[in-house]
Amino acid sequence: MMAPVLAQASEELLTNPTLFHYLFVSTIMFSIGVIGFLTRRNMIIMFLCTEMMFQAAGIALVAFSRYHLNHSGEVFVIFVLTIAAAEAALALALVVLLFRRRESLDAAAWAEMKG
Amino acid sequence: MSLVGAIGNDVLTLAAEAASTASGSGPGWMAAVPLLPLLASALCGLCLAGRIRSKLPAAIVVLSIAAAFAVTLFGFLGRADGAQVITIFEWIGLSWGSGPGETLSADFGFYMDGLSWLWMLFVTGLGSLIALYASEYMSGDKGYARFFAAFALFVFAMACLVMGDNLVLLYLGWEGVGLCSYLLIGYFYKRPAAVAAAKKAFIVNRIGDLGLAIGVFLTFVTFGTVEYDELFRMIDEGVAANGQPLEELWQTWTIPLLLMVGAFGKSAQLPLYVWLPDAMEGPTPVSALIHAATMVTAGVYLVARMFPLFVYDGVPHYALNTIAWVGTLTALFSATIGMAQFDIKRIMAYSTVSQLGYMFAGLGFLTTTGAAFHVFTHAFFKATLFLCCGAVMHGFAGQLDLRRLSGLIHMKGWLIVSLAMLVGCLNLAGFPLITAGYFSKDMILSQAFTTPDSIVPYSSLMGWILLITAGLTAYYTFRVFFRVFVGPVEYEPGDEVHDHGHDDHDTHDEHGHDHGFHPHAPGWAINTVLAVLAIASFAAIGTYFVDKDHHGWVGGLLHDSSAAYHAPAHEHHAAAPELKHGGVMLTAADDHGHAADEHAASHEAGHDDHGGAHAEAGTLFGQDPHAVMYYVSAAFGIVGIFIAWLLHYAGRKTAAKSKADLLLPFLGPIPTWAQNKWYVDELYDILFRGPLWLISHLFHIIDRLLVDGIVDGVGGIPRALARSLRVGQSGILQNYAVGMAGGLGVLLLIAWILTVAG
Repeated sequence: MMAPVLAQASEELLTNPTLFHYLFVSTIMFSIGVIGFLTRRNMIIMFLCTEMMFQAAGIALVAFSRYHLNHSGEVFVIFVLTIAAAEAALALALVVLLFRRRESLDAAAWAEMKG
Repeated sequence: MSLVGAIGNDVLTLAAEAASTASGSGPGWMAAVPLLPLLASALCGLCLAGRIRSKLPAAIVVLSIAAAFAVTLFGFLGRADGAQVITIFEWIGLSWGSGPGETLSADFGFYMDGLSWLWMLFVTGLGSLIALYASEYMSGDKGYARFFAAFALFVFAMACLVMGDNLVLLYLGWEGVGLCSYLLIGYFYKRPAAVAAAKKAFIVNRIGDLGLAIGVFLTFVTFGTVEYDELFRMIDEGVAANGQPLEELWQTWTIPLLLMVGAFGKSAQLPLYVWLPDAMEGPTPVSALIHAATMVTAGVYLVARMFPLFVYDGVPHYALNTIAWVGTLTALFSATIGMAQFDIKRIMAYSTVSQLGYMFAGLGFLTTTGAAFHVFTHAFFKATLFLCCGAVMHGFAGQLDLRRLSGLIHMKGWLIVSLAMLVGCLNLAGFPLITAGYFSKDMILSQAFTTPDSIVPYSSLMGWILLITAGLTAYYTFRVFFRVFVGPVEYEPGDEVHDHGHDDHDTHDEHGHDHGFHPHAPGWAINTVLAVLAIASFAAIGTYFVDKDHHGWVGGLLHDSSAAYHAPAHEHHAAAPELKHGGVMLTAADDHGHAADEHAASHEAGHDDHGGAHAEAGTLFGQDPHAVMYYVSAAFGIVGIFIAWLLHYAGRKTAAKSKADLLLPFLGPIPTWAQNKWYVDELYDILFRGPLWLISHLFHIIDRLLVDGIVDGVGGIPRALARSLRVGQSGILQNYAVGMAGGLGVLLLIAWILTVAG
C-alpha cells in the first residue's frame, strides 16, 4: 500500500512537481523544527529549530505564490528572511548573554517563571 | 393719673406675660456662666498643644470659673421671683408636622429658678476654689494643661446640666459630666487601676443613662415637649399632649421610674454605686469636686427638677417609694463598708455614697428642701474632707492608709489641714448644733418620721435605719480623725515617693526614700482653700436660720422652684380647692409640722391639706419628730463619735494598732467581708461579667468557625484554583512550547473537523 504511493509520488515529483510536493517538504521541515524545538534543550539548537520552522513557512509561501501566480508571497518571504537575519543576530546575542549568566546552554537552567 | 395708668398697664402686661409663659425672661449675660469655662477649656487645649509647662492653664481656669461664679452671684442677687427662662439661641428646632408632639424644639437656654441658682452657686463657687487647690496639688505634673482642660469642661457640662431649660440640654450636660468624669478618673492613664476605674465608671453610668435617655424620649412622646416651662404647665393642667388626662396614662408613673434609674447611675445608688469608690483613682481635686460635691448630686438635681412628675397625684408613686428605700439602704450599706476600710480616701468615697443615700431618702420622703440642703452642706464639708485627704496624700507621697499615719496635728505645717479635717468630720458625723451637716441630716431624718405611711410606707422604719446609719457615719468618720490626725506622731511614706502617682516629675526630689523622707506640708493654695472651705462648711449653718418660714435659705430657694412646684405657699392657699394634685404630699414636702401649724387656720376653709398632713404625720416617742429629732440624732452622732474615741484614740500608742483590733475576734468574718466591700464587685463579676464572658467566647467560637469559615472559604476558592493551575507553570521553556504546539494542534483539529469532516 505504502510503496506504490511513494513510487508514484517520487515519479510525479521528478517529472511534474506540484504544490503538494512543496507543501509536503514544508510540512516535514516544520515538523522537524517543532519536534527539535520541543525535544532539545540546547538553546542554540532550539534556535536553529525555529529557523527551520521559518524556512518551512517560507517554502510554503513561495509555493502558494507560484501556484496562485501572485508575487506578494515571494515578497513576503524576502521580508521574513530579513527579519530572520536580524532576529538571528539578536537571538544569538541573547544566547551568549544567557550562557554567561549560567555557564550553561541548557534552557532548563532558566526556570524562574515556575509557579 | 396717667402715671398710675402706666404702672397699671405695666402690671397688667407683666401679669399677662406671667400668665402666658408662667415665668419671666432673664438676662442673656448668664450665658457667660457655661461659656467662660468652655473657653477656658479650649485655651487649656491650646496650652497643651503649645506644650506650655507653666501654671498658665491653672490661672486661666481658676479665673474663668471664679468669673462664672461672680456672674452667677450677680445674676442671683438680681433675680426675679419664680422661674426665669433665658434663651440664648435656638439649638434644636425640628418639625415634621403641625400636630402636637410633632415639633421638637430645644433651645440653648436656661431655666433659672431657686434649684438651678442653688446648684450653680456651689458648682462654680466650689469649682473655683478646688481649681485653686489643684493649681498647687497638680503642679509639676506633665498633664497639667490636660487636667485643667477637662476640669473646665466639666464645669461647662455641669452648667449645661443644671441651667438648661430642657431635658435635651440636661442630657447633653449629663453626658458631658460623665465624659469629664471618665477623662479625669483615668487621668493617670499609665496606671492600670485608674484606667479600669475610668472604664467602670463609664460603663456603669451607661446603664443609668439608658434609663434617663428612655425617660427623656418617653417624656417627649407623652408631652410633646422637653422644655421644663411647657412641661410643668402641662403637668399642672394634668393633660398630656394628646389631650388625655395624665392619671390615665402609664407614662405618668413610668417616666419618673426611668429618670430615677438615670439618677441612681449618676449619683451612685445601690445597684449602680460600684463605680464611685473606684473613681477615687482620679486626682483628689477631681474626687472632691466631681465625685463628692457636684456631679454625683446631679441625680438629686434631676429628681428635684422633675419633682412635679414624681409626686403627680392620682398615679402610684413607685418611683418615689423606690427612691426612699434605695436611698436608705444605700446609706446603710455603704456606711458598713466605709467602717471597715483603711484607705482614708476610700472611706470618704463610701461616705459620699452613704450621704447621697440620705439625699435620695430625703427626696423619697418628699422633703426636697432637706435633700437640697444636705446636698448644699455636703458639697462643702465633703469637698473639705477630700481636699484634706488630698493634702495628706500629697504630703506623704500617696500614703492614705490610716494604720500608717498618726498625729498629723502635731506636725509642723499640718495644723490647718487637721483643723479643716476636724470641721469636715464634725459635719459629716452630724455633731449637734455647731455643724451644718447636723441640721441638714436632721431635716431628712425628721421627715422620715413625719411623712405619713399612706404616702411612703414604712417611712418610720427607714427613719430608724437612717438614724443607725448616722451613728455608723459618726463612728467611721471619727475613726479616720482619731487615727490619722491625733495621737502619737508616726508616719510612713506611701509608695509614690518619686512620682506622686503622677507622670514622672522631678520637682519633688526632696522626697527621698525611707530615712530621708520628709512630709511635704501643704503650701498657701491648699491651706487657703482648706481654710475657706472649712469656714464655709461652718457658715452653711447660717443659711438654716435665715428665712425661717421655709426652713432656711435653701428651703426658700426651693420654694420658688420646680422642686416645690405645686406648693408656692401664697398662691397655693388661694388656689387650693382647684388643685387636682399637689395636695397632702406636696405640703409634706415643703412645709414641716410647725409651718403647718402657722397656716392651719387658713386651711380649714379650703382643701385643708396642711392640716391633713399634720394629722396624718407620724410621731417619734409620741412627740413631734421635728422637735425630738434634734436630740435623737445628736445622741446617735455623739455615741458614734464616743465609740470611735474609745476604740481609736484612748490609749492608742502606735499608728498601726488600736483597741478596735481587740474586737475583731468577736465579730467573726464580718469585718473581712465589709472590708472586701461585701463582695459586691465579685458578685457582679459572677452575675454579669461571667455570663458576658461566656457569651462573648461563644460568639468568638461562632465567629471563628462560621463567619471566618465563610470568609476563608471564599478566599480559598481562587487559592485552590491557582494551586491547580500552577502546575502548568513549570518555568521550563519546552513545556510552554509543548503547550503552544498542543494548542495549535487542537485548533487545527477543530478547524479540520469543522471544514473537512463536518
